[in-house]
This record gives sequence, structure tokens and C-alpha cells, in this order.
Amino acid sequence: MSLDVNMSVTGNSPEALSVQQKLSAALGLVGLFIMTLSVFNIGFQPKVLWLSLSLAMVAAGIVWYTKASYAGKTAGIKNDGVYFKSLTNRGFWAYILGLVFTGFYIILYFYPSLLGLNSDGANTGVVSLFDPLSQALSGNPASQWFVYGTLYTLAILGFGFKFLWKYRHNSYQRLRTFSVMFFQLGFAFIIPEVMARLNGDDFSLPYYNLVNIWPLNYYNFEQYRVDDMLSAGTIGIALLIFGVASILVITPILTYKYGKRWYCSWVCGCGGLAETAGDPFRHLSDKSQNAWKLERWLVHSVVVFVVVMTTAVVYSYLNNGGYWLSGTAFLISVASLLSIVFAWVMVYKREQLQNDAKYAAIGFFILILSLIALHFSGMTSKIFLFESETLRSTYGFVIGAIFSGVVGVGFYPIFGNRVWCRFGCPMAAILGFQQRLFSKFRITTNGGQCISCGNCSTYCEMGIDVRAYAQKGENIVRSSCVGCGICASVCPRGVLKLENDDPKGRINSKDVLLGNDVDLMDLVNQK
Amino acid sequence: MKQEHIVIIGNGISGVTLARHIRKQSDKRITLISSESEHFFSRTALMYVYMGHMKWNHLKPYEDKFWKKNRLELKQAHVEHVDVKQKQLKLDSGEEFSYDKLVIACGSKPNKFGWPGQDSKGVIGLVSKQDLEQLEHYAPNNKACKRAVIIGGGLIGVELAEMLSTRNIPVTFLVREEHFWSNVIPDEEARLLERHIKEHGIDLRLDVNLDEILSDDNGKVKAVRIQETGEVINCDLVGLTAGVSPNTDFLKSSTIELNRGVLVNRMLETSEPDVYAIGDCAEQREPIGNRPPIEAVWYTGRMMGETLAQTLCGNPMTYKPGHWFNSAKFFDIEYQTYGWVFHIPKDGHSDFYWEAEDGKKCIHIHFEEDSKIFKGINTFGIRLRHEVFDHWLTQEATVDEVIKNLKLANFDPEFFEQHENEILDAYKKQEVNV
Repeated sequence: MSLDVNMSVTGNSPEALSVQQKLSAALGLVGLFIMTLSVFNIGFQPKVLWLSLSLAMVAAGIVWYTKASYAGKTAGIKNDGVYFKSLTNRGFWAYILGLVFTGFYIILYFYPSLLGLNSDGANTGVVSLFDPLSQALSGNPASQWFVYGTLYTLAILGFGFKFLWKYRHNSYQRLRTFSVMFFQLGFAFIIPEVMARLNGDDFSLPYYNLVNIWPLNYYNFEQYRVDDMLSAGTIGIALLIFGVASILVITPILTYKYGKRWYCSWVCGCGGLAETAGDPFRHLSDKSQNAWKLERWLVHSVVVFVVVMTTAVVYSYLNNGGYWLSGTAFLISVASLLSIVFAWVMVYKREQLQNDAKYAAIGFFILILSLIALHFSGMTSKIFLFESETLRSTYGFVIGAIFSGVVGVGFYPIFGNRVWCRFGCPMAAILGFQQRLFSKFRITTNGGQCISCGNCSTYCEMGIDVRAYAQKGENIVRSSCVGCGICASVCPRGVLKLENDDPKGRINSKDVLLGNDVDLMDLVNQK
Repeated sequence: MKQEHIVIIGNGISGVTLARHIRKQSDKRITLISSESEHFFSRTALMYVYMGHMKWNHLKPYEDKFWKKNRLELKQAHVEHVDVKQKQLKLDSGEEFSYDKLVIACGSKPNKFGWPGQDSKGVIGLVSKQDLEQLEHYAPNNKACKRAVIIGGGLIGVELAEMLSTRNIPVTFLVREEHFWSNVIPDEEARLLERHIKEHGIDLRLDVNLDEILSDDNGKVKAVRIQETGEVINCDLVGLTAGVSPNTDFLKSSTIELNRGVLVNRMLETSEPDVYAIGDCAEQREPIGNRPPIEAVWYTGRMMGETLAQTLCGNPMTYKPGHWFNSAKFFDIEYQTYGWVFHIPKDGHSDFYWEAEDGKKCIHIHFEEDSKIFKGINTFGIRLRHEVFDHWLTQEATVDEVIKNLKLANFDPEFFEQHENEILDAYKKQEVNV
């Protein structure tokens, strides 16, 4: 963390919250408090009433808070006092909230019995409070994941509503927020529950969020799921094909046309939460060069990890036979695909990669190929030296639970709202790789209009130092950019615009900016 | 061989741009002297610190390690005297500091027009880091500062009004002219902005002169008196935002020729050998085109820095800025301008004005009446592309071409409501009427 000492904060800033804001926050908290109390099996009966009441209180609290915050104000940027508030400036309340979040995630992932999920017998606690809603949707009792999914959706809808008000002058922000709210409510929450309802004794289809694509959904190609899909007839096969096509065909096409934003800030659930509930924390992302370096190493290591893990898992069950694809054939196709991508980058895009990225790519590539080679040379019966099961469970624990949940969301108030997306998400890394090398998307810089004010960099949730590009008159083409468009929104001089255009000339480094002597521009910029 | 030592007084956008560009081309020794701040910061963003959008560190465009890495020496000191014969600076510490080439890039200070009481405590400008600290001291909240009065209707005045209103401090805004910023913008735009300023609860008073600033026994401001009506407005803070002027007092003891600013020729050379001046403090002996001799604008400071770097690295270049452009933001309304739009069209020039129904967006175009050549545009609430307008100005496109192709120049975010068709219709209607 950088030491930003704020020379001007005297602690005398205007009162952080108005009376209405306090009351509405209290209302929402009471709703959450009812849920918390239900953990201790305080008999809230009938459950339907108390569940509806608590959910309604949370929703009403957020709506009221939103009105209290923005209704009396003109449409425009609403960042006043962000750095004066304890909650949004890493103060006392930020740490409290961080602790509550991380605590919740630890219980959710590792101690669901504390929430009332009983391995034998009916639910108790807060899980049982959610039984009526789960019954209504899927016909099954709730699980800790159903509780989590409901609260997650409520957060995206509620804080999405808040975001819509905050940016009511900005159609890009509004459309994008409607989109994440729609995908969360429909694809992530309702459709999987309804799919579950279709399942019976003789028909079992993995029900899941269809837009939760591998490798974000790292368990999508595990044996039990693939078996389910294969046994579920045409619709199952269609799902399997869709799952593979999502990452290999659909994703590259959409990312080429629109940049990775089509997923990360319009569709993805993690992005959806970050953009809505996480919006008040977006400025906390670290903008230093060191953080960028860490990001590149971490996120690409996760990609390597997930590729190796998934290959190993799929290979090991294919190898046991019974599938039309043999384990060996699968391994060879993975190796070929990686080689083709690697060769393409090295031949056509090498000059666009920085030196360290080049070395890293070569390193990873050699590593993966040598592991595969090792297998074929017969030196080990286990692929990649590890039991695939060990790899899978390690990934699930370290990346799936700790990184994306406990750290990713738990630390929103400390490290910002996109820690997972920036440092850990393998999907974001793959999309980013495409965005950097093969996409029409860029953030255009408007000639020489930048005044280096730093709003863009400060409010970039991905920690991109946007200003460093804008003040050089250079377009922003960065693999991590999720295209949220906030930099362009907060820019006071109309300097930034998210665009899809001809890939030629989208990277345009300049030394002398537009507006100066044309001869000087020619002289310096053509060097 | 000993490297030439270039000393730059001032670490604002002009001086820093110059230093960066010299470093790109050479190994010369470079020192930046400033008494204002240790590191370069974006002056234009001072307001955002007070408003709580950003912290001080966010204003710095380069990380602190940047300077050492690029061998740009920083010296925190105030220059008190320049001895051009000995090529030496006298610093406030008493130290003598030598240079081979000296560049004055010391910026400007708020104008004071000799109002009684103008040096009272709690009378501030909004130019420097110290001004921001003063503001925080005198106006931390609406208990310590029950009302603020701003004198002077320009860009900094409206920024200060916005800043204070974020802390719920009531603001009275005194503008001498009949309309806001009327030495620069036409009345139509001024009226739009006046509505918007009032919408934010600012007590905007036009056509009003400051008579006197009244202070209490401790010498702290307590009220202002208005000349026309004699009205006394109680306040705890007075913001002087009636423009800026070059910060050249420390040069009066030197032989460098001064007028309002440091006089320079097109090579940005002062009257003394090996001494140059750039940015807000430089005054062109002959104004360039429509530009004022002193251009106190971020962009021009940067351009002078880019240009002088060439000269100092052995590739002499005159300061020859391209087409005029500028930008600002008034509360929620963004402003950009390309080419020249004056308060009233010049002789032989005509204009076209369009305003959106909500009264928050407008464009204003000036063009030559006979040839219809496009001369410039003001745009409020609609972002336009610099490159496209720069091209049109170079090509001497006609106003018809510009308005017909306005879509090409739109720079608003995707999915924003577009007004080009409305604008075209309005333009056609005006043509018929003419």
C-alpha cells in the first residue's frame, strides 16, 4: 500500500451521513440483523413472513438510502467526500466491514453447518429461513449456496439501483448496470433453480449459470458434470458443446468486437457485484507500477494453474475409458492448441509484448509442454507429476474459495472492488490477453485535452494508471481494462472515450500532443 | 565532459514537460527548483482534494521514484535573485546556485486590484498548494465558515464555488460584468451557465463591484461591501478569482526585461542570454494570432515546454502553437472549445447557436460571413473530438461541412443521446431566415 497522507483532511469535512441516510442504513441493517439472529435458531415463524420481511427491509433500506443520497442533487459525478468517509477511505468502518465480509466467507465456505446446513436432517438456522424461497423456485430445501446466491442477487439488484441513480446522466453506465442486474437475476439466480426443478430421478442435468464460463467456472468439465450432460440427451450435449464453444469460439469473437467488457462489466456475476455493491470502493485499487507487476505475474500464474489442473482432471477420467475421446488424444489436442496460440503470438504479435511478458510466455509454454512430454516419455504415470485430484482440490481451495471469495470480496473496503478480477481471475486473464493483442476495443484519448488531473486513474477499479496514457495523448489498450467506462465518466474535460474501431493504429504512442506546432509534432512523433 | 546544467525555476506543467523532453534527448544535468511542493502535481486538480474526490498523492502524475530514475534533480527552495552576469541564483537559504542555462517557469499568482482589505486573513486565491492549505484552514466546514464570497467570474471562481458548496458552505459569487465570464464567452453560453450555477444554490450576483473587504480586530475577514448598493455581506472567507498574473516579483532585482510577465521572443528567449521563460509567466513581445501575449493555460504551458526542449537540445525551434483549444468544467457541465469563438463575432463574422431543450447543452459556432469558413466552436455538455476539429480548422472547412459532419466529431460515451440531427435542422432554419 502506498502511503498517501492526505494533507488536506482536517477531519472537519461535512457530516458524512444525513439523518435520512442514517435511518435508511439502519433499516437495511435491521433486515440483515434478522437473518443473523435466525442463525441462532430464534424461532422466526412463519418463515415466509420473516424471510420476506428481512429481504424487503434490506431492499427498502438501499432504495431509501439511494434517494436520500442523490435525489436532491443535480445529475453529475457524485464523488464528493469519498476520501473523507471512514468506510470509503480505509478507516475504522472499512476494516470492520472487511472483517464481517471475510468472516462471512470463511463460514460460508468452510463451516456451513454454523449457518444451519445439516448433513443429516432438515436445515436449521439461517439456511432454513431461506427454505420457503428455495422450495418455491427449485422445489428443494435451501443450501448455504442458495442463501448466498439470494443475498448476492439482492446486493446486485439493490446496489445496482443505487448505481443507476448515481449515474442517471450516463446512458453507458445505466445500460451496463441493467445488463449485470439482468444476468444476475435471470442467468445466475432464477434459471439454474428452474433447471433444478426439471431434474428428477431419471433425469439429471447439471444446472448452472450458463454465462459462468470455464475457467472462471473451473469445475465445469469435471467428470460428474460431463457425465450428467452426456446422459441428459440432446439438451445435455448442447450444454457441453456450449460450454466448450463459450471459451474457444464465442468469447474470442465477442472480445474481438467489443473488448473484454462484454463479459467483465456487462455479464459476469463477479463483475456485477464489483460494479454495484463494490462501486463505493473502486478508488482503493493500487495504481503503482509494482502492483501492476504483481498483477501480471499472479493472474497469469492462475491461468497456467487452471489449464494444468483442468487438463489433468479431464485427462484422468478420459483415460479410464468409456468416452469417445481418449486421454491421449485429449492431451495432444491441448498441446496443439497451446502451440498454435503461442506460435501465432510469437510470429504476429511479438513486437506488442513487453520483454518480461515475452519471457513469461516462453517460460509457461515450455513448462506446460515439458510436463506433457514427460508424460509421454513414460516417466510418470500421473500426468504432470501430481494426482489430478490433488490439483483440483488445491485449486478449489486456494483460488476458488480463498482468492475469489474471502480475499476477493472480503477485502473490498481495503484493496478495492476488483482484487479478484485483477489479480486472480483466469477468465479475465484470457480475455485480457485477447483484448491486448486481438481486439477493436480501446479507450481513445482526445487529442491534447488532458490536464493530468488524475480522476481517471483514481477511480479505475483495475488499478490502471489511465492518466499516464491520457497525458501522452496515447490510447489506452490494456489487458486488464474491464471497460466499465468510469474513467471516461469522471474525466472533467471529455478526454476519454471507450470505442470499438479498426485495430490498426489503436496503439498510438506520442511524445508531442495535438495542438502544438505541426512541424514539431511531425519531427518528434515520427522518430 | 561536464554536462551542461539546465536549471528550471518552477515545477509545474511547463517546467516538468521541458525537463522530461530534455531528458529524452540528452544527458544534460537538469534541476527543478520549487518552493511550492516537493513533487510536480496537477494544479488543475487542486479542487478535487478539497472536495474529497482525491488525495494529495493522486494529483501527482508521476510516482515519486520517477524523478531519481530519470535523473531530474529536485530542489525545494525559493529563488530570491537572479544574477545573469555570474549565472547564479540566490536562494532563500542564502545558497548560491549556478546554472548554464536558466528557464523561468514560475507560473502565476491571483490578481489583486488594490481593494481595501485584500490582504486580510481569510482572503485567498486558488492557484497554489498553499492556497489549498489556506482554504482548508479557513473553510473546513460550514461552522467555521458560515458564508464565503467569491470575487471574479471566471473558471477558478466557479471551481471555488463548487468546492465550497460540497461542504455545504453558502457562497455569494460577485461578478463585475453583466454576464458570467463574458470576456471570453458569448452571452448565450453565459446565461446557460448562470442558470446552472444558481441551480447549485450559489448566490450569483452579476454587474456588481467589490468596494471593500472588511476585517475584524484580528485582521481576519468578516464581510465585504458592495460598491453599487453599499450592501454588507458577512463572510468568513473571500476568494479572489479575478484572473491571474505572472509571478515575477523575484525577478525585479534582476536585469531581465519584464512587462506584466517575463518578456520573450518567439524562441522563448528573454532579454538576457541563456535565460528563457515559458508557461504562465512568459509574455510574448508580439502576440501570436488571436492569442493573448500571456497565455495562462495548462496546455500552452505544456507546448512551450515541448518546444523549448528542442531548442535547448540543439534543434532551435520557435514557439508556434497550432489551433487554439481549451476546456473546463462548470459544476456538472463540461466545456470544450476549438478555434476562436469570441464574446461577439468579429467584423465580417457570423455565428450559429444551438441549445438543447433541457438548457444544459449548447454549441456556438463562429464563421466568416462571406466565405462561410468555420472559425471556431464552443461546446457545452457535448464532448467533441479534438483531432477532427483540428483537421477542419487546418482545411478551412466551411460551417456547412462542419455541421453536416458533426457526427464524426462526437466524442460522447456510447449510447448517449445524440443531437446532430437537431443541430442540423436548427442550422437549416437559421439559413432560411437569413
